[in-house]
Amino acid sequence: MPLLCELPLVCVVTSGESWYLPLLEPWTIGFMCDGLFAALLAGLSCALLGVFVVFRRMAFAGEAMSHTTLPGLVIAQSQGWSLALGALASNLITAIGISILSSGASRRRGVREDATIGVVFTGMFAFGVILTNFQGSWRDLSHLLLGNILSVAPNDLWFMVIAACVIVVTLIALHKELELSSYDASYADLIGIGATRMRLTVLVLVALAVVSGVQVVGVILTSALLVTPAATAAMFTRRLLPLMALAVALSWTAIVVGLYLSYFWSLPPGATIVFLAALIFVCAWSWRKLSRS
Amino acid sequence: MKFEWLAYGGRHLHAPDPSAHALRLVDVSVGYPGSKDPVLSGVSFTLPVGARLALVGPNGSGKSTLLKSIAGLLPCVGGDIAVFGLKVRACHHRTSYLPQREEIAWQFPVTVQRFVLGGRYVHCGWFAKPDSHDHAVVQETLRELDIVSLQDAPIDQLSGGQQQRVMLARALAQGSDLLLLDEPLNAVDSATRTLVGKVLDRLQKAGKSMIVSTHDVGTHDQPFDGVLILENGSVREMAHAAAV
Repeated sequence: MPLLCELPLVCVVTSGESWYLPLLEPWTIGFMCDGLFAALLAGLSCALLGVFVVFRRMAFAGEAMSHTTLPGLVIAQSQGWSLALGALASNLITAIGISILSSGASRRRGVREDATIGVVFTGMFAFGVILTNFQGSWRDLSHLLLGNILSVAPNDLWFMVIAACVIVVTLIALHKELELSSYDASYADLIGIGATRMRLTVLVLVALAVVSGVQVVGVILTSALLVTPAATAAMFTRRLLPLMALAVALSWTAIVVGLYLSYFWSLPPGATIVFLAALIFVCAWSWRKLSRS
Repeated sequence: MKFEWLAYGGRHLHAPDPSAHALRLVDVSVGYPGSKDPVLSGVSFTLPVGARLALVGPNGSGKSTLLKSIAGLLPCVGGDIAVFGLKVRACHHRTSYLPQREEIAWQFPVTVQRFVLGGRYVHCGWFAKPDSHDHAVVQETLRELDIVSLQDAPIDQLSGGQQQRVMLARALAQGSDLLLLDEPLNAVDSATRTLVGKVLDRLQKAGKSMIVSTHDVGTHDQPFDGVLILENGSVREMAHAAAV
């Protein structure tokens, strides 16, 4: 049962043959509409957070967050629970693990935060693969790794709506604090904002965005939804709000075009979206290079 | 303060002791978390209100560490620091700290105007937006430091001298009474050096107190009231500027 209404194609058909009719065809199918809605929500969440991930140099943390959702996803799938909640629980365990292992006591013994993230994320990912082995279904694993946008469950779609709302409201409410702590952590500490508090806030929001993203493009490719649109937008503007708007627009472009291509050419939707986002990045980079020369 | 309950860090306005010095350090020791040996030890001095102190010493002598501990960015492991008679950060809107340029992520997408507006955030607190008064203060500060034309420029396009002006503008916009300036004239052009000197002069006449860390007192146009020389994490000499 699709969540969203299918387009009333019959109304369009009665107005005669038009060139755009094939473009409307995918949205006459319920699961395509749900998939599009889910992908746009994930694109919004990831692109907005991606700006902070890119400029705070947290791309590795974003990558780790997406990979560490695997054990939670596998357990949730085997038990018939919500995939989103499974991924979120997995991310929370990871975040706690990273914060304990990279605490002051560990740093004194020479364990840097990036090394800790590397250990935790590969460990969790490996644990997820082992759990899949017990399930005995490698097809399920490929769905989790590469996403299955066309079979998003209603509960997970609601989770994505809530996650997007939480991210947007938090970014609006804490706009100036997140911005200031991103470029001058010392000053944020001095006036009482607390740079560590803001970093944790960004990490929690990234966790929410990642959980949305894994439903769409899978565990392996989610960090691309975070990083690629923001990195592309950064080539065109150096103002935070226009940059966020452009990142969302680029992400949505890749999603809509990617879904069309996957529908008409039977391509895997998640991978097609990520590949298109990367293609837009390369085109933008080339255009900038040529226009400068 | 617009709304007391919005104050950052849960701290609210504390009435300063009018008879207190701007700064009073008694046998202060400072160490980084996890390190056994303190970076600074046995530092004691007093900065009267309206005085300008030069903090001199070679690289690694502890100048930045001392300024950060006064700003409350590093905890003291011994001794006591009082800012206007209050504990460090008890009234943090009265203290501004100008870090070295390398400590700021200049590639972040923010304009000069927005950067300087950051100096007003301490007066806004959580969730509140800067109002017209805050924007007026920023414009006045931009004019004083001759960077009005740069206000819409992204901060990643600034030269070293412009970056220094912008950081000083933010410290001024905060309207603090104690300024902690970490090498404000490091690698800046002569025009910026002259301008910064004039601004510091004007601030001192307005009764602001300041500590300026520098490698060489001679690079500053205006005289200091005193010089504190640090060496290997302790005070080698404290004297009036004329005697050094």
